[in-house]
Amino acid sequence: MTQIPTVTKAGSLDRPIANSYSSGRLGDGMPWLILGGSAVVSAVVFVLLQVGGVTEEFNISGAVLLTLVIYGVSLYIASRLVEGSRRAVDRLVTTLVVTAFVIALLPLISVAFTVVTNGSARFDIQFLTYSMRNVVGEGGGALHAVIGTVLMTGAATLISVPIGLLASIYLVEYGRGRLAQAITFFVDVMTGIPSIVAGLFAYAVFALIFGPGVKLGIAGAVALSVLMIPVVVRSSEEMLRLVPNELREAAFALGVPRWLTILKVVIPTSIAGITTGVMLAIARVIGETAPLLVAAGFTNNMNYDLFDGRMQSLPVFVYSSYVSQGIEAQASLDRAWAGALTLIIIVMLLNLIARLIARIFAPKLGR
Amino acid sequence: MSTSGSTKAPARIKAKQRPGDRIFAGSAVTAGSLILAILAAVAAFLIIQSAGVFTTPNEDIQILQGQSFWSYVGPLVFGTLWASFLALLFAVPLAIGIALFISHYAPRRLAQGLGYIIDLLAAVPSIVFGLWGATVLAPAVQPFYAWLVDNFGWFPLFSGPVSGTGRTILTAAVVLAVMVLPIITALSREVFLQTPVLHEEAALALGATRWEMIRIAVLPFGRPGIISAAMLGLGRALGETIAVAVVLSAAGTVTFDLLTSQNPGTIAANIALSFAEAYGVNVDVLIATGLILFAITLIVNSLARYIVSRRSAFSGAN
Repeated sequence: MTQIPTVTKAGSLDRPIANSYSSGRLGDGMPWLILGGSAVVSAVVFVLLQVGGVTEEFNISGAVLLTLVIYGVSLYIASRLVEGSRRAVDRLVTTLVVTAFVIALLPLISVAFTVVTNGSARFDIQFLTYSMRNVVGEGGGALHAVIGTVLMTGAATLISVPIGLLASIYLVEYGRGRLAQAITFFVDVMTGIPSIVAGLFAYAVFALIFGPGVKLGIAGAVALSVLMIPVVVRSSEEMLRLVPNELREAAFALGVPRWLTILKVVIPTSIAGITTGVMLAIARVIGETAPLLVAAGFTNNMNYDLFDGRMQSLPVFVYSSYVSQGIEAQASLDRAWAGALTLIIIVMLLNLIARLIARIFAPKLGR
Repeated sequence: MSTSGSTKAPARIKAKQRPGDRIFAGSAVTAGSLILAILAAVAAFLIIQSAGVFTTPNEDIQILQGQSFWSYVGPLVFGTLWASFLALLFAVPLAIGIALFISHYAPRRLAQGLGYIIDLLAAVPSIVFGLWGATVLAPAVQPFYAWLVDNFGWFPLFSGPVSGTGRTILTAAVVLAVMVLPIITALSREVFLQTPVLHEEAALALGATRWEMIRIAVLPFGRPGIISAAMLGLGRALGETIAVAVVLSAAGTVTFDLLTSQNPGTIAANIALSFAEAYGVNVDVLIATGLILFAITLIVNSLARYIVSRRSAFSGAN
């Protein structure tokens, strides 16, 4: 803040005059004071509600929201009295914008908290080493689902990365005119395909070949790759475009053919970004439930063969454990939460590794 | 890049065509065209598979229970649109607020980290949101729903009887809103950051407060971006399957009531819930509903992308 020293006229004053920079403004500490006051008021309200028996326990999200409401209103009034309506509106909007961010944090924190607390009950060695074959009631695990997820996501990656990478190379290095425009547009449109439609597509393809009712791991992989290809194309396209043209021209000037330039110069320069994009794409499809439910079905048994029979996956495992709880409902629910925890850990690890790769290997462009 | 085909020099040196170049360029073109082919194949296979619905008499299809296909899919289309509309109603203002917070309010150093936090929401798998919505959110909001029905039951949307589980279309819409929030936020944030700094500084120099600067410089500039971001979020919400299937207890009715236990279902959730038990031509009915969902999302997404691309064309993209 600008703290202009107060002007003393003729040295006759023993206290500073309110100057034009600080008069008519709320002090720096004022908003914090009001925030503290609102927090106290709302805490008191919710403690009273709890004591009065209206709510069973102290409602944290409610208290936070009420704090922000009281804060917004009282700050607006205070600012309006001291600073005038324009600054009051400005302060009100600031409060609203911060509130929006806080509101978005609430579900994130709540999801993380519930998944960790509920999931840790069954997140043990048995859960990670057993399948659900012949398990009724307690016990059992999700190994078959983990294996299925790894196999199907791996196959989907094997399908989508070559296609996606080549397509992005086409868009960046070769693409001119109508075809390139059409591909760019439809890749964007393809990112919006509902996941269930991708699943139905894979089911329809394999039902036409093998007859109706067929559920295969590879069908799940095809469904996932329909969702994954556009993501891979978009991210690798962005990365390839970052490669400076000078590098390409230098290679051309040395008489290197175009394809070798791409293979030996362009791709190695952007490989870190491409890897990051692929890992983020994997993280995105690994949590898909609906396409796998439709295309690969669900099972309680181990299945290592993508081309034979139904295959379980982690998201579908969570879904089916929740939907059909069987005789020991709590055991099944615990398994669902443990599965959700496993899934979240995998996704977060993928995200983290992807960002780390991006951060460690990124500065290849500068000098 | 290097060569421009418009030069009409008579003796233009032709680049040597190497086999490696041909193969590489050929496979790149193939991969690019394959994407178009896949999209076409998705539409084609869905159409082929759903043809059976219209050749079989309605009485022979169990899942339709004697109705026509259109009266079966009608309520589902309504439910899909209604739930997505509600989700956008919550998500768009919130997302604009968050995007503004990250782009114009948060300290510069924190901004990127805060953006990552919002992106984390996108990383949570939908089944986890479903589980959370059904077991945490629904019981938590049920007393509030009951209070709403008791005190504001005269308002058409809140008419009773209140659902005992809280797994109503409003809860589903809240979960959907949380799920589409990151995508809308990310896009609007990008657009807000592109606002010409000169416009912002000019507004501030004229004595505008921060909010006035945002209102007269940032928001008008970002309006097309916000619209397309909202439509992309709409596309996501329309197609969201498992979270809705788990959270919503659907009864297949057509109603605007938000808090009762008689909720309309959505296309995607209906497919997920009925697919395991379906057989024969019933599967074709579900695939046909999937085709309708595909068509709706395709239109919404194309429109959104069209607005985005038109925007980048006239902004000069520098």
